[in-house]
Amino acid sequence: MTRRILVLIALASASLFAQQGPPRELRWGGDAEGGAPFVEADPNNPARVVGFDVEVAQLLAEGLGRTPRFIQAGFTTLDASVARGDFDVALSGIEDSAARRTRFAVTIPYYEFRELLTIREGDRERYRSLADLAGKRVGTLGATLAADLLTAAQRDHGVVPVIYEDDVHPYSDLVLGRLDAVVLDQVLAERGVRRNAGLINRPTPLAVGHYVGVLAPAQTALRDEVNDILRAAMRDGRLEAIFRKWGLWNDDQPRMYARLLQPNADAVAPTEAAAAPQPADAWTLTRRYLPALFNAALITVALSCLAMALAVAAGIAIASGRVYGAAPFRVILTAYVEVVRGTPLLLQLFVLYFGLAAIVQLPAFLAGLLGLGLNYAAYESEIYRGALEAVPRGQLDAARTLGFTERQILVLIRGPQAFRLALAPMTNDFVALLKDSSLVSVITVVELTKQTSIFAANIGSWVLPGALCAALYLVLSLPLARLAHRIEKGWRRE
Amino acid sequence: MSLLELTGVAIDRGGRRVVDDVTFSAEAGTITALMGPSGTGKTTILRAIARLERIESGRIHTEGRVGFVFQFHHLFAHMTALHNVWLAPVHVLGEARAAAEGRGRGLLDALGVGHRADAFPHELSGGEAQRVAIARALAVDPSLLLMDEPTASLDPARRGELASTLRALATRGRAILVATHDTDFAHACADRVLVLDGGRVVSEGAPGKVS
Repeated sequence: MTRRILVLIALASASLFAQQGPPRELRWGGDAEGGAPFVEADPNNPARVVGFDVEVAQLLAEGLGRTPRFIQAGFTTLDASVARGDFDVALSGIEDSAARRTRFAVTIPYYEFRELLTIREGDRERYRSLADLAGKRVGTLGATLAADLLTAAQRDHGVVPVIYEDDVHPYSDLVLGRLDAVVLDQVLAERGVRRNAGLINRPTPLAVGHYVGVLAPAQTALRDEVNDILRAAMRDGRLEAIFRKWGLWNDDQPRMYARLLQPNADAVAPTEAAAAPQPADAWTLTRRYLPALFNAALITVALSCLAMALAVAAGIAIASGRVYGAAPFRVILTAYVEVVRGTPLLLQLFVLYFGLAAIVQLPAFLAGLLGLGLNYAAYESEIYRGALEAVPRGQLDAARTLGFTERQILVLIRGPQAFRLALAPMTNDFVALLKDSSLVSVITVVELTKQTSIFAANIGSWVLPGALCAALYLVLSLPLARLAHRIEKGWRRE
Repeated sequence: MSLLELTGVAIDRGGRRVVDDVTFSAEAGTITALMGPSGTGKTTILRAIARLERIESGRIHTEGRVGFVFQFHHLFAHMTALHNVWLAPVHVLGEARAAAEGRGRGLLDALGVGHRADAFPHELSGGEAQRVAIARALAVDPSLLLMDEPTASLDPARRGELASTLRALATRGRAILVATHDTDFAHACADRVLVLDGGRVVSEGAPGKVS
């Protein structure tokens, strides 16, 4: 018996010591929403991921003697997640940039891409370069080299950049005519043209960039190990095999490998685009981004005020219908309120902007305004309904005996008292709407939060952009709360 | 001249008959008191006369406007006393605002609450609120004035004042119907008393002559 216990203790100790050794996993982060050929859920087994980045991660893990473990993270938060240690390396078609190199331990490139201009086939003769697209809407993915190219083209040629959260909808919107062109890297551009009939890629590249792995700044030793593994894979053809398998192999890759495999070649230039950002101190960066943040704050204010006005008007109509309407009408309005409150606002925005695009192509701002306004109308209507029903019935009876019509009772007696009861929850809702307005960034409206995330992705830190963004939201919401408090105080006397 | 006639009126509530075969009338210049214990149908009859309650059978006929002063007065909470009084003349009768306001002040003065014209309902005492409610009902110049338990929120001295006020109002060709269980008050102001029990009129006659 004693011997058996000793054996058990020995086994437990062995497993404990084994756990204390070096980590056996290579935790790598990517965004499966980016889809094939980068990282996507395996259609045959959605629990696992497939893509060339998945295979590069496997190659690195094998070289390190570890098991790869995928960790999902949003594309724009990959840098921040790797910095806080959520995973060892980020691999998800992440572009090399000077800003990234100053803040992170960045691997040597494992793929070279060209930035391509995608247009509709019918515009082949009209749009040959960005200079031909003055005043035209050109889509891209936020926080990318392509977005930087478009910012420069906005300045130089008057192009109107439209920033998307994903790389699928720019191409479908180009087909629908919401955009006149798309600028993205060739991997995405070729996929976009394959999936959407009637689109072509202009052959002349706008810039050249590279995909790299990103590690936390302190992980230079691991980064150097990864670089050695990548170089070895370039030499022995394993990297080539991966890109051939995914149909991405081209003549640019061996040229890049040759440069990287030269003695003393640490890396290649992060980008050959004219718009490559230069490293700058926090103050310079802040001054550079402040005007854009203020503009985005104006969009947030305009969107929130208009959406709230719509929510109040529609909310009053719904509440009045539910209190005064005939039974079938009440059933329809109740169903509206329950459906809207029971489904995510994000989903409603997607349906309004992308789902209905085949029937009606709402401009992004209008779709955002309608989505927010009609969503909040459901919540407002419940506040107003409760407030209307809180006005004592005796007052309504008194008004009826004085000869008022039901409409007069609503306008002169019930409505004004209900409005006073509803004011405090309405103010809360307005402040909530102001913050929820950030969700419209998924349908290409660049408002305050989206602009902040672009700022943060570009400088590789959320500290300063986050603080500025929070300060702006506070500046917007505090006066609202104070105004409502003053009105309420004035009414309390009554 | 009869300003109110009820003939065989019956009212059900929740499947139960609460007013049964009630017949009476009210003449101009008189005060009629509806008496009886609580829950006997007094308020329900007043509400039916004011068209706030559906009747199952019988007939209610009124001449001219009907004014109603509720037990809990139900003043419009977001308006001053004066605003409560001029609101209906302006919006229901189409009177000019200045004229209606002037008449409203006159009514409040006549009822002894002119100094409270600018107070909001929650700033008024029970007696003041009730007199403002009477002024509001009178502002549309009703030929029949219904009052539900008007002495409920008054001390004895105020009850006497109210009895005199009602007598003054009834002399101007107006009929007043008061639901009350205050026997002294009924004796002080009513010309006729109807006693209800179980939703039926069980006796009627001059105050002091019925039980």
